[in-house]
Amino acid sequence: MSSTLQELYGKGHIVADSDVPEINRIEELSYDLKTQDVMSRELKCLAPIDTMRTVFELMRESHISGAPVVENNSLIGIISQEDLMHAFADGDQNAPISKYMTANVITVKSYEPVVKALEIFARTKIGRLPVVDENNNLVGMLTKGDITRGVLIAIQKDYQEEEIRRYRASHLFEDIISDRTSLILRYKIKPRDFTNGGQASSYIKRALLRLGASPQLARQCGIAVYEAEMNLIIHSNNGGVLRIQVEPRRILMQTSDDGPGIPDLQKALQPGWSTASELARSMGFGAGMGLVNIQRCVNKMEIESTPGKGTKLFMEIHLRPDEKFKAPPESSEAPGV
Amino acid sequence: MKLSEIVQHAKGEILNPSIYRDCEIIGGCGADLMSDVLTGVKSGAVLLTGLCNLQVIRTAEMADVHAVVFLRGKRPTPEMIELATEKSIPIISSDMGMFQLCGRLYKAGLHSLESNWKGLHE
Repeated sequence: MSSTLQELYGKGHIVADSDVPEINRIEELSYDLKTQDVMSRELKCLAPIDTMRTVFELMRESHISGAPVVENNSLIGIISQEDLMHAFADGDQNAPISKYMTANVITVKSYEPVVKALEIFARTKIGRLPVVDENNNLVGMLTKGDITRGVLIAIQKDYQEEEIRRYRASHLFEDIISDRTSLILRYKIKPRDFTNGGQASSYIKRALLRLGASPQLARQCGIAVYEAEMNLIIHSNNGGVLRIQVEPRRILMQTSDDGPGIPDLQKALQPGWSTASELARSMGFGAGMGLVNIQRCVNKMEIESTPGKGTKLFMEIHLRPDEKFKAPPESSEAPGV
Repeated sequence: MKLSEIVQHAKGEILNPSIYRDCEIIGGCGADLMSDVLTGVKSGAVLLTGLCNLQVIRTAEMADVHAVVFLRGKRPTPEMIELATEKSIPIISSDMGMFQLCGRLYKAGLHSLESNWKGLHE
């Protein structure tokens, strides 16, 4: 995520979620997985000179509903339950398989993506697909069931990797030893960008939860940086930078901009005092509660401001003595994440 | 109170049914000023609001608001619905007024999650 963010923010424009085409994980997997990853490799092959009775016995014993027919290692046909019924209806149990099998079999290559097999299943209504290698040697069989199972296994693997990533993120501060460890996140905030206002704060809150902050701590920081982010959007001339420094015992948050600066700090800190525009007010902000609200959420707040030069806002939240970054218990994931 | 009961009281329409699932809502708040939500609402509330823009969804996310009801027949934009869906926050549109729906829900037993503005909690 961080490298993507750097990419997006580095170019000075912010990409909205709606700009990214939506492909779900299953679709993605059907392109990623190859047929050889999900096919069954235990093949029950028959020869063209075997009788239809042999087919019947094989199907009954192995609980399969179809089998490839192979001659000199190459696939020449496929025989199914339906073919077997035809033979039995004709009273032709002793006929060779070659009489009833389907020749000219549709196959799929072992290195082709699963989506190719799905297309064939959808187009032809056949139930099983022989999988062949580049030399057309039979290497496996594929049913829709095999694909479902393969996709489920891949999703489970994804899930486990995600769990491990979460575990690692939440143990970051325990694993890395130094005299002072900090993780710094920076976000560029554009002026008057009400559409994306709050996006950076959303990322920050999510990052803190990922790092193992309690929902209360993440909420407290989230509210403080959200108000600070909105202040940059509402008041700054050219936008500014939101910088978060996460440490094992405290979180330092800072915004800086290059103007216009606050003429009267005492007034700015009074509840209800505001210079916000009508636009900001129409968005539900600018009621003069921002700084007051921040003060309520943080342990320490300082403002340095010079009219005409700019404003720096420092905020600091200390973790309670008993509080630390830790992996959340399984069942109590914070809402809205 | 169940979220589904709130939807009934509001005669509301669920706007992102794909993420909607019924759950227990422990209390509510009513505000048009998002700073007031950020300042004085405890987590887990349903937010009733007459304001209708993206910052309502952002505020709900930051303040751990569990559901949002847009009052006075206001219809959120597709961007708002999309963001709320992404953040798994159920959003509901209702034709009722603020006073009316707050009153109905309070009378039906839903508690306030707003801070007492003198700094005391209920």
